[in-house]
Amino acid sequence: MARARTSIGRTIAAHAILITWTVIALFPVFVTVVNSFKSRRAIFADPLALPWPQHFDLVGYTTVLKQGDFFGYFQNSMIVTVASLFFVLLFGAMAAFALSEYRFKGNLLMGLYLALGIMIPIRLGTVAILQIMVAGGLVNTLTALILVYTAQGLPLAVFILSEFMKTVSDDLKNAGRIDGLSEYAIFFTLVLPLVRPAMATVAVFTMIPIWNDLWFPLILAPAEEVKTITLGSQVFIGQFVTNWNAVLAALSLAILPVLVLYLIFSRQLIRGITAGAVK
Amino acid sequence: MGALELKSVTKSFGSTDVIKGVDLEVAEGEFCVFVGPSGCGKSTLLRIIAGLEDATGGDILLDRKRVNDVAPAKRELAMVFQSYALYPHLTVRDNMGLALKQAGVAKADILRATDKAATMLSLEKLLDRRPAELSGGQRQRVAIGRAIVRTPKLFLFDEPLSNLDAALRVATRIEIARLHRELGATMIYVTHDQVEAMTLADKIVVLRDGRVEQVGSPMHLYNDPDNTFVAGFIGSPQMNFLKSGPLGLPGETTGIRPEHLQIKKDGSITGTVSHVEKLGGETLVYIRTHPHGLLTVRLFGEHDHSVDSDVTLEPDDKRAFYFDAAGRRLR
Repeated sequence: MARARTSIGRTIAAHAILITWTVIALFPVFVTVVNSFKSRRAIFADPLALPWPQHFDLVGYTTVLKQGDFFGYFQNSMIVTVASLFFVLLFGAMAAFALSEYRFKGNLLMGLYLALGIMIPIRLGTVAILQIMVAGGLVNTLTALILVYTAQGLPLAVFILSEFMKTVSDDLKNAGRIDGLSEYAIFFTLVLPLVRPAMATVAVFTMIPIWNDLWFPLILAPAEEVKTITLGSQVFIGQFVTNWNAVLAALSLAILPVLVLYLIFSRQLIRGITAGAVK
Repeated sequence: MGALELKSVTKSFGSTDVIKGVDLEVAEGEFCVFVGPSGCGKSTLLRIIAGLEDATGGDILLDRKRVNDVAPAKRELAMVFQSYALYPHLTVRDNMGLALKQAGVAKADILRATDKAATMLSLEKLLDRRPAELSGGQRQRVAIGRAIVRTPKLFLFDEPLSNLDAALRVATRIEIARLHRELGATMIYVTHDQVEAMTLADKIVVLRDGRVEQVGSPMHLYNDPDNTFVAGFIGSPQMNFLKSGPLGLPGETTGIRPEHLQIKKDGSITGTVSHVEKLGGETLVYIRTHPHGLLTVRLFGEHDHSVDSDVTLEPDDKRAFYFDAAGRRLR
């Protein structure tokens, strides 16, 4: 049966395309990681060579771990990312539930208004945001970053989640209402578990830009004790001299936590992406 | 006075009127079926009774108390849904016991109530399973069990058999009828299937476009329909509608059930056989006629009629119904 719908030529073509894409996508990561283990001279002599024993050098990592409070930066990035993620998912899901579940005046307009945020980059409002944070005394705090990232992540979260929430059976929610569950109980115990794949999708798409962001940490929280990892890595990039070993080592280290978070969400993510397609 | 009373209930979604003034009384212990084509508002009406939708106008009385502003959970009713709507994360026992738990009933009492309901529906062996591990028929029995456990004043069924296959549908139908006899509870049942309505109901409410067309016992509706819509909706195969004029009969339209139309020599209607359905116990003959269109004749037992042969028909005048141009019955 399977043979009727697949041909070897097509399988090869599909795999060739996918493999090419994978190589292109992974190449920068590969170069970064490989070169982080090499001496400075070897990096420039042959950037694509693997770290063979003769130019294997951990100088990048030792520099990174000695200079500055690198674990502190890590911790800051973790706190900002996880807290923002939590608030984006919580408020995004709640808003999506309200938009998809309740009929009220302005429902459609509200949905469009929230979706508008996807199209307008939050960075356009940087000056205003900075003024608000200064007025609120939040400059150089992680709270400032968490607030901005939550606002940044919400539009997409609301948009994706409200589409998914519409697919949750009305009968199920109504059964809960008749059995005396509160709207909160219906939301948390019946609806959220059913949209978990969508939540994971939103989580990954929200998490990565936050973790990688340099703009807002630089503007809102440049102080030493609240630096994030991306900002922390910048100390090795100078106007005249750049410590490439250290930069590459820092970036390699910075990949790890996102990778872990991604692995946590990935199973659900794949289900979320294919949910409409296979079922 | 009845267990449920609706007083000129209306419902609009924006500018669309879905329910256009429904008055209804359902007596204690009665099995009442709402039947009608899809989009007639029967499910909406059920939701209004359940409290899942607010009525735009009118009053809903349960046990003589106005409940328009009472939350669904406080109306002391239970509902069985077409899609079963079991809680996927709970076992069968917890599914059935959730409403009691929410109401603050003691654990031992919940256990007793779920055990009793499980015995009634022979679900004892499934109590620790989750809904995903059950077949469709079992899921629907759990959903019914969940309703029984609450010992509600009113049971609401929203097309509960539509997702089941034919054999299971008959079995579950009989089970629901048995439960109604055993529990003696008031039940309201929504369906688009007139067979379910005929077999289960004490009282059928025929709805069309948000209005009640006729209310009565199954045989009352069958034998004494008020208009062409009810006459055509109740009974299967559908009633034949003939033009009265050419036959010299009163009114605009003459309604005659397929079993009261006979294939006869020298009958007053001529036509050609277009299709024959042999069901063993009965034979349905479809006959193309002029000017009445396609007519159905129901013959008991096996009969041979070849397609495209010419036949003549004779209606049984004593069993015919006459309707005016607007479809209203002439009595």
